[in-house]
Amino acid sequence: MSENKNIKNLKEFSTSADRFEGANLLCPGCAHSIIVREVLNATNDDLILSASTGCLEVCTAVYPYTSWDASWIHIGFENGSTAVAGAESMYKALKTKGRLKQPDRNPKFVSFAGDGASYDIGFQWISGCMERGHNIMHVVLDNEVYANTGGQRSSSTPIGSSATTSPEGRRSYGEKKNKKDMVSIMASHNIPYSAQVAPNKWKDMVKKIQHGFSVDGPVFINAVSPCTTEWKFDPKDTMHLADLATDSLVFPLYEIIDGHELNITYRPKTVVPVEEYLAAQGRFKHLFKDEYKHLIKEWQERVDAKWAQLNRREEARV
Amino acid sequence: MANKGWDEFEIGAMLRTFEGKIDDIAGTLQENRAYSQNSSFVASVADWRIIKPVFNKDFCIDCQFCWVYCPDISIISRDKKMIGIDMDHCKGCGICVEVCPTNPKSLMMFPEKADEETELAAWPAKNEEKK
Repeated sequence: MSENKNIKNLKEFSTSADRFEGANLLCPGCAHSIIVREVLNATNDDLILSASTGCLEVCTAVYPYTSWDASWIHIGFENGSTAVAGAESMYKALKTKGRLKQPDRNPKFVSFAGDGASYDIGFQWISGCMERGHNIMHVVLDNEVYANTGGQRSSSTPIGSSATTSPEGRRSYGEKKNKKDMVSIMASHNIPYSAQVAPNKWKDMVKKIQHGFSVDGPVFINAVSPCTTEWKFDPKDTMHLADLATDSLVFPLYEIIDGHELNITYRPKTVVPVEEYLAAQGRFKHLFKDEYKHLIKEWQERVDAKWAQLNRREEARV
Repeated sequence: MANKGWDEFEIGAMLRTFEGKIDDIAGTLQENRAYSQNSSFVASVADWRIIKPVFNKDFCIDCQFCWVYCPDISIISRDKKMIGIDMDHCKGCGICVEVCPTNPKSLMMFPEKADEETELAAWPAKNEEKK
């Protein structure tokens, strides 16, 4: 069972038996469960999961129901990653002592967290897990806001976005600080694998997740998760927004192996202007007023600079 | 367990998804699993819907886009074929209709009250202008 599941095309993928159940209380059109399904279906092995506090946790574990068909734990806001790391340490210890009841099984350890629980609150805990070298995967469902508590800004919220703690108005264009580059921060721990993924590119995602499962050591995955409630768009447009995010290069898809080997895994055939990505969302609506129009230009410049930097890094292998 | 209120429950809860032992979850399809009363699979969010998807299998090419992008595990695919929609778990978001590549679409949204037979009979024809 330790071999990677063979997924060549979508038809083969669709024979997977889901281990995440419906009738969870996530909003209609939420990308969280699409990402979770793609991660869980990428393997046939046993799973030991955790979720830090956030939309995913509160919506999938509403007493008396659970939406998970695998071992799943929730403790606090910050320590989902360490809970799984603890389970992994125990597994390793029992394996060394030969006390595992089913030693041939090869469980995978995954912790899910939102951007609030990863970029802000759980930051040092994740950093600790990466430093200690546990054999775990940390998946961030990055919707760029604390969506669960009503849309407060997190350090993942990008410039110009209107959040409830940084609202737009007569004197403000919303959030003033730029997003943390979490993938690079985590790659700087010299972990074997860190990557950015998007739910609309399922094949790229499954490939990265399987690579993550096959390496020995901590893995960091940042997944863009368009939030219909806080990004303010129609629930049916979730995949369209994810397409815009990847095609406008706001969320470039790349991977960093061993902390230095950067590969860009998806190059859009036609690059969409960032303006289109911003225009599709209600949280950036005010940027199209005359006084804030310069911010759109700055957005485009920032995204272009980041893309150029990624290309240079890929070329130079640093 | 089902009769206990939230304030009577011990701190730290453990919910079992399945009745009895299950060895190979990843190899067992949903219809063959013995779900317990604590799995949300037995619950329903059908009352969330104001619009519902209707599936017309005449136009379906089994591309499985709807399956992979459904957030609520409501597209039922067996043996690489799309066979229907799980109406207990569908929240009516409409992503399946948006990602459907056929012309005309093999999935369309209709008001919750609409009669499926009538809508299937009046399914729109192929749209020539749309490429």
